[in-house]
This record gives sequence, C-alpha cells and structure tokens, in this order.
Amino acid sequence: MKISVQQEDFDLSTEVIEISGNPRIGAVASFVGVVREVAMTLEHYPGMTESAINSIVEEARAKWQVLDLVVIHRYGDLEPGDQIVLVAVASSHRGDAFAACEFIMDFLKTQAPFWKKEHHPDGARWVDARDSDDRAAERWRSIKPKLLKS
Amino acid sequence: MKVKILFFASLREQLGTAAEEVEIPNSASTVAGLRLHLMKRGGAWQDALADMKVVRVAVNQDMAAANAPLNPGDEVAFFPPVTGG
Repeated sequence: MKISVQQEDFDLSTEVIEISGNPRIGAVASFVGVVREVAMTLEHYPGMTESAINSIVEEARAKWQVLDLVVIHRYGDLEPGDQIVLVAVASSHRGDAFAACEFIMDFLKTQAPFWKKEHHPDGARWVDARDSDDRAAERWRSIKPKLLKS
Repeated sequence: MKVKILFFASLREQLGTAAEEVEIPNSASTVAGLRLHLMKRGGAWQDALADMKVVRVAVNQDMAAANAPLNPGDEVAFFPPVTGG
C-alpha cells in the first residue's frame, strides 16, 4: 500500500508493476487524472491530506478485496497535460479492482483537502466545488459490496 | 485558552493570513463560537467567515461540525469546499 502527496510527476507503469507482485492478483484497475486546458496551482493541507486519503483507502479495503494499491496526488504548479492524480488497485478480480478504484477517486474529490487555482489569461481564480462530485460520492452509500463481486 | 488557526486557499487569500495563534474566551470554545469570535474582527473576517455553507472546518485535521468542542492547543483549520482529484 502506498500513499504519496508529492510535487514530482509519477510513472503509471512503474507504479502498477510495484503493486502487481502478489500471485493472487488477477486484476489491476487504474485511474490517472490529467490537467485539462488551463494551468493550475494545487494547494493542500499537509498532514490532513495524508490522513484523509488513509481513511478513504481504509474504507475501500473494508468494502472490497484490495490486495495492494497506490494513491499518488500531486500539488504545486501544473501545466495542461500534466498528470495530477493516480489511483491503482490490485485485486483477484476486476469487479473489486474497478469499484475500489472509482470509490477512492470519488472520495478523493470530495474529502481530501486539495484546492485548485486556475490561471486563466484574464487572471487566476479558485475552482468551485461541483455538486456532481458530491453526488458521485453519495451514490456509494447505497451500494452493497457483495453485489460487486466479478 | 490558546488555539492555532489555519486558513487555506481562497480563505487564506481573503484574510491575508495562513496561520496564527489566538487566545479565545470560554464562550468561543466550540467551532461555531470561534468562528463568531473571529467574525467580530470585522472587514474581510466578517465577509469570509459569514457563510457556513462555503466554509469547512477541521479540528486537529479531522472534519468537524459547528458544535464540535475546542480544547487548548487545538489546531483549527478553515477552508472552502475541496476541489482536488
């Protein structure tokens, strides 16, 4: 299990290889978030960020079979096309890997203390939280993990 | 008692401060009480902290409700809804 909040970029294949060693693993699902169109600065709350991600990961491990995982979230100045976030989950089967990966992403968006400031040509502005992100996180409350086995 | 207060993102910019130690009266020993205490400073403080729908609070790095109690030495962070991922 690896959780990292860092300025440096990351390499998807290196990270996937790192979590694929267990012979019981039959599936690795991954998500990479990328900066769209506008340069941004990502601020976070050191200390709370790591513990918030830890709590989200623990909740995912309680709901699904997670044999290993990696969560990397970058902060600082990022350009269009830069990678922002990586979540990769290794499991025996794809159902748990997909579900845990999406669950972690949805809660990263609504629970982890990160804030994006976009640098537009006419000035910088803080990104507003989106209701659709709250709804994405909310829908997991009614989902029973046993229905999600592949 | 003394608590450490932190501000992030747009709140930090509005208030022009990232962190400070404040001595608060016993009447301000909850999250809501501390917020009202800080709003009494007026100006940007009144404006930035007025709308609880857009101000989130964490006590000792855990999300906290308005009625959460405060203890000496607590770290209380104020910030807007998060936008990571």
